[in-house]
Amino acid sequence: MRDRYLPLLATIAVFAALYIAGGMFYPRIFSSLVFGHLLADNAFIIIAAIGVTFVIISGGIDLSIGSMIGFVGVAMASLIQAGWDPVLVLVLVLVFGLLYGAFQGFIIDFCDIQPFIATLSGLFLLRGACFMVNLNSTPIRSPFVSWFNNIYVDLPGGGFLTGGALVMLFMLALAIVIAHYTRFGTNVYAMGGDRPSAILMGMPMRRTTVMIYALAGFYSAVAGVIYAMNTSSGYPLAGNTLELSAIAASVLGGTMLTGGVGLVVGALFGGMILALISTIIIFNGSLNGAWIMIATGFLLFAFIVIQRWIVSSFSSAAKAD
Amino acid sequence: MNTQQMPGSQNQSSFAATLRAALVHNAVWPISVLVLILVVNAIVAPAFFSIRIQDGRLFGSMIDVLYRGTAPAMIALGMAVVIGTKGIDLSVGSIVAVVGSVIAWRIKEGDPHLVILFTALAVGIVCGMWNGLLVAVLDIQPIIATLILMVAGRGIGLMVNLIYGGTDPSFESELLQGLSVGNIGLIPTRLILFVVIFAGLWLLLRRTALGLFIESVGGNPAAAQLAGIPSRLIKFSAYTISGFMTGWAGIILTADVHTSDPVKVAMFSELDAILAVVIGGGSLMGGRIYLGMTLLGALVIQTMVTSILMSGMPPEYNLIIKALLVLIILLLQSNNFRAAVIALLGRRK
Repeated sequence: MRDRYLPLLATIAVFAALYIAGGMFYPRIFSSLVFGHLLADNAFIIIAAIGVTFVIISGGIDLSIGSMIGFVGVAMASLIQAGWDPVLVLVLVLVFGLLYGAFQGFIIDFCDIQPFIATLSGLFLLRGACFMVNLNSTPIRSPFVSWFNNIYVDLPGGGFLTGGALVMLFMLALAIVIAHYTRFGTNVYAMGGDRPSAILMGMPMRRTTVMIYALAGFYSAVAGVIYAMNTSSGYPLAGNTLELSAIAASVLGGTMLTGGVGLVVGALFGGMILALISTIIIFNGSLNGAWIMIATGFLLFAFIVIQRWIVSSFSSAAKAD
Repeated sequence: MNTQQMPGSQNQSSFAATLRAALVHNAVWPISVLVLILVVNAIVAPAFFSIRIQDGRLFGSMIDVLYRGTAPAMIALGMAVVIGTKGIDLSVGSIVAVVGSVIAWRIKEGDPHLVILFTALAVGIVCGMWNGLLVAVLDIQPIIATLILMVAGRGIGLMVNLIYGGTDPSFESELLQGLSVGNIGLIPTRLILFVVIFAGLWLLLRRTALGLFIESVGGNPAAAQLAGIPSRLIKFSAYTISGFMTGWAGIILTADVHTSDPVKVAMFSELDAILAVVIGGGSLMGGRIYLGMTLLGALVIQTMVTSILMSGMPPEYNLIIKALLVLIILLLQSNNFRAAVIALLGRRK
């Protein structure tokens, strides 16, 4: 049963290796200040990655994450500008994320179509909605947002955790409880692991599918809220192609796109690996943004090959038994 | 909904049978959506259908649809082949970016332009082979295998631009621009090029065993393997074909704008290509390649995009309408939805 932790251990090993290698070149990376910033600046990616991890474990995919982040920001900015109460707006957009995800899940199960296509049209719909609400960047000015942006929890060594990082850690804890200590979590793994068996055992497929995508929509909306609060603005192009970063973070975290295998905590380390790569490249200064894409692509490649190798050693071990 | 009235009729004339066969045919939904868009256009903007001759070539919205649809349709055809193997190719937009940057680079280096044309195609093919290698040899899931190039490709394009400084990636090339924006007689060259490539692809898939092999590998890999079909080689060749088609699209798109812009070029083209295949009735579960239907799907998308631009609506509505269109097509194709509608109609009677 320890096998399921192997991909996660590989992820943590890569994270540690990157962290140490980066720290050798740029000792400041070891400071808790940089660490706090890594968590804070990437909180929204990690939150989105946690949400999509559920979907991927169930054997599906959610492409609407980036648009959801953009739409949530634009909606918040417009509503707050119109004088709505920020807390009410916050609740509204989170409920919207939940319902939108549920709608996608329902379409997927009811129409029996590939999640890829359904959430792809979800992506178009939300991004189009962003443009319809507003074409320009709108500032979010509200005491509530400034209050949130001024939450700091000191770390030893001069660093600090921001409100966004705290929300991320809370969402991670919540996801771990949902995935491993509820019946719904077990259903998600069952659905991705062996769908026909799950159906035969009488698992409520429609309810589970709707709940999975609702959960992912909710997490994307939370990511969007954090992003909008961090930037204090709603920008209709925000979060463009971010779904790919979230999926990449999830895969780097040891989740397999074949479904059934993965741990939500992997999303944290996967997201942190992506964050470390860009931080190291930015610290270097002489390398440009193109290197971030190439390094991410290369790391994805290396990881997937490692995963293939782990899986094939599983199956050959199983055959030997 | 006309389908339900058919079974009631007693005399099965051959006409009715043909009509019923036509109604259950996959082409009926995409074609009716296309007709719907055209009818709306005819009402809203009759100028949509006017075609005139200007500067020695055809002009008009309908021509524009074909003209702008060429590159997306090429990508979509390559995608249809890959989807036939139960795969997917997310990297097409990035391949276009890499091809574009290589064209700009080699032109700066002063290569003969015919050589550059073949270099660009070779780049597309090599990118396709890389995807094929990951999927067929390393057995990596297609969506992830091609995600690698999708993430890295635009970065590679930027790096190639840096080889010559990256300050001015614009270029002039009579040959490439002749292929892309030129015209032979009244007809844009890229349409002729497209017809030739489409015919070549059709011959390759339908007049050799390759198409059948691809469909059998996509439909039932185990059975195909038992039948002695080299499934790895077949998958590999499917991704190579996709790379080749995307290479052509890259040449057309790059020559169109006279520059290499790896960050923005062909953004979302993978999504449009997959949509075209799905609208054309192709299943992502593999096993079928519909070249003609994919072409129809690409045509539906492009007609819609051009109509939105022509109608004076803000282009921002494009995405929403595209999404709604996809949802409608998906609902119409879904058995559950049809059953629900039929039940609803039955109850009302």
